[in-house]
Amino acid sequence: MPSFGASPGATSSSRSVFHLWQWFSIGAVIVGGITLLLIIWAVLRYRRKGDNIPKQSQYHVPLETIYTIIPIIIVFALFAGTLVVENKETANPRTNVTIDVLAFQWGWKFTYPGSNALVYGQTTQDPVMEFPVNTNVHINLRSSDVIHGFYVHAFNFSRYALPGVLNQFTIRAQSTGTYFGQCTQLCGLYHSLMWFRVKVVSQSQYHAWLQTFNNPTAEAAAKAAATATKQQLSTLVPSKQTSSHGDN
Amino acid sequence: MTDLLEAPAPAPIPAPVPAHEEEHHGPTGILKWMTSTDHKVIGLSYTVTSVIMLVIGGIFAEIIRVQLSTPNGSLVSLAQYNELFTMHGSVMIYLFAGPFAFGALANIVVPLQIGAPDMAFPRLNAMSYWLYLFGSITMLSGFFTAGGAANFGWVAYAPLSNSINTPGAGADLWIGGLLLTGFSAIFTGVNLCATVFYLRAPGMTMFRMPIFTWNLMVTAILILLAFPVLTAGLVMLYCDRHFGTHIFSVAGGGVPVLWQHIFWFWGHPEVYILALPFFGMVTEIIAVFSRKPVFGYKGMVFATLSIAALSLGVWAHHMFTTGVVLLPFFSIMSLLIAVPTGIKMFNWIGTMWRGEIWFSTAMLMAIGFLITFLVGGLTGIYLASPPLDFFTHDTYFVVAHFHSIVMALVLGGMAGLYYWGPKITGYLLNETIGKIQFWFLFIGTQVFTIPLYILGLEGMPRRVAMYAHDPQWKLLNDVSTLGAILIGVSTVLFVVNIVVSWKKYPAGDNPWDAHTLEWFTTSPPPHHNFYRLPQIRSERPTWDYNHPGHQAAPHGHHPAPDAVPADEVPVP
Repeated sequence: MPSFGASPGATSSSRSVFHLWQWFSIGAVIVGGITLLLIIWAVLRYRRKGDNIPKQSQYHVPLETIYTIIPIIIVFALFAGTLVVENKETANPRTNVTIDVLAFQWGWKFTYPGSNALVYGQTTQDPVMEFPVNTNVHINLRSSDVIHGFYVHAFNFSRYALPGVLNQFTIRAQSTGTYFGQCTQLCGLYHSLMWFRVKVVSQSQYHAWLQTFNNPTAEAAAKAAATATKQQLSTLVPSKQTSSHGDN
Repeated sequence: MTDLLEAPAPAPIPAPVPAHEEEHHGPTGILKWMTSTDHKVIGLSYTVTSVIMLVIGGIFAEIIRVQLSTPNGSLVSLAQYNELFTMHGSVMIYLFAGPFAFGALANIVVPLQIGAPDMAFPRLNAMSYWLYLFGSITMLSGFFTAGGAANFGWVAYAPLSNSINTPGAGADLWIGGLLLTGFSAIFTGVNLCATVFYLRAPGMTMFRMPIFTWNLMVTAILILLAFPVLTAGLVMLYCDRHFGTHIFSVAGGGVPVLWQHIFWFWGHPEVYILALPFFGMVTEIIAVFSRKPVFGYKGMVFATLSIAALSLGVWAHHMFTTGVVLLPFFSIMSLLIAVPTGIKMFNWIGTMWRGEIWFSTAMLMAIGFLITFLVGGLTGIYLASPPLDFFTHDTYFVVAHFHSIVMALVLGGMAGLYYWGPKITGYLLNETIGKIQFWFLFIGTQVFTIPLYILGLEGMPRRVAMYAHDPQWKLLNDVSTLGAILIGVSTVLFVVNIVVSWKKYPAGDNPWDAHTLEWFTTSPPPHHNFYRLPQIRSERPTWDYNHPGHQAAPHGHHPAPDAVPADEVPVP
């Protein structure tokens, strides 16, 4: 099947999205193509040649019924495909790796609960989020100020980072590599430059990477960062627990 | 009806006088423009103002496109860029598209199409215009403040739009300007509803109203349902900014996403508030220039009503990626809008089918609308599917989708200007320049939007001033910029056409052999529109009068012709 401009991407759900994209596109090309041909045919065939008044036909109920019912059938077919992929994409299966992502003006902070790993970067410093391949990775997405968009093109996926809301989703990358990510929701002056990277590595490389944070300096940095994040979020939410709306 | 039948013999019909001559007691010149409550004068003011807004918004667009023609765009600064796209969107949506549709053309055409002497509330109508004009000036004056104009995008998402993140006066002027134009829209909505419900001429039943009037009536109802919500939201936003409330701020226990719910609860009906009038224009124009009645007239009306009904239940498809809305409900509701929209598309084709199509500029623009709207409509279906929305949300794919739609509306609006302009001014525009303008506009639109679809699929986010990370996007951006320049040339050609054709080609009453009542009176119409009216026995009274024996072919049971003996019914 042709790709219709999209790409399969690097995760299991990005591939499902890509297939859904292909099915939608086939429908669009068929329906759009037929409609376009009808327009062009009508325009060319029925151009005015004299001063005739054509037959003043106004209704053809069977025909009108057909072009009401066929689109309804197409719509429900598209909706069925949508539900299948959507349920897959928004499922929160058991995960082995959890990453807390904090978006802020204008950068990203990635922390790994249960370890000292901390990655932090502003604008074009693009911090790198590292996680292992073929593993369900659970992302807790938050924002400490305005709304940001967590978007990785290779994952065919984006999700808002909202202040006061904990957004959760699961990624399962199927191939190693480094992928570019960027904030997609307008967040102020340096929105264009709010970059990050995702580096998908093998299990052993991931554990080796986590080990590099097992030294007193990194530990202190991680502790300080955790306190800072807690403070940032607590000024944002004085009394309430952050709510979880990851599923559906 | 019986009153008319029992009325004494009709008074002699006075000879038609050119418009406004009977008004010679009233002021003239600028004073007339400022004090008039005549729907045609107000409509013309709306037309001129909104086309100026189109040009201003277009200039912003050209600057944006030139900025994006290089990966490190350095024409404007990051801050200026944020102001530019914010004001481009705001001017085009709030100050051009809506006011042009339901302020300019609706004001001029709806009373004429239903045989009314004026809008129901003429002074309220004037107030709508002045609110709109001063709202526009208020919003644009942000550029003259120290902090610059509003820069939080035309959607003003909280908390970016609060006083900490956007402290300037430009943002307040944006809110104030939008409040004023919002009230202008609400008053126009009230006025249109009252006019259509109460001022229809004898014989003009609901199912004899032209589709344009039907669509404007439905638009007016949508305005009344949607705009007050925006107004309330703007007041809340202003209170958050200045009076210490915490409606949209997490720190005070508020909910930022609430703004998105409020905004899009207005914003999605707004999409159809913008589109339905243009659908109506195109429907009229295609029927007239195909010399046929609107195919599936009643289906068209029901399609419009169901689009309006569905449009109130789809707002959260703008919020799929927030993670806090019920995806399947908003997905199926959004997908279902494709059905009535498809019915409209096939009805338009059915109207042209076996017709005698006259390729006037207005008809070419309407055909351009069909093709461009087809592209925009089909790509919209993708965005109703949450997984595909996660993939394309906030990328240039979305930008390309709604620019296909709004450029289709611009084509439809131009069709409307070429079609109804002669009625209100009395003079035709030059058809040769018009056709050249059409090709620039139509080709420019496709050259402008198609690269944006590809860029979106390659991951280019919207509202970025540069794409230094992906310099390979330069080529597609350059093509798109070229398209934007072609569109700019077409706008210049339109202005040239107005200058070249100024009072040159007298239009006559009915230059297009059109169907509806506005073509029964003079061009321009007299102060109170009609000296006489034809019998109204279908949605095409002027056509029936001019072509007896060519009524629409019957379908099923047809009501027996009413027993009004005279060909003409004098206006009481």
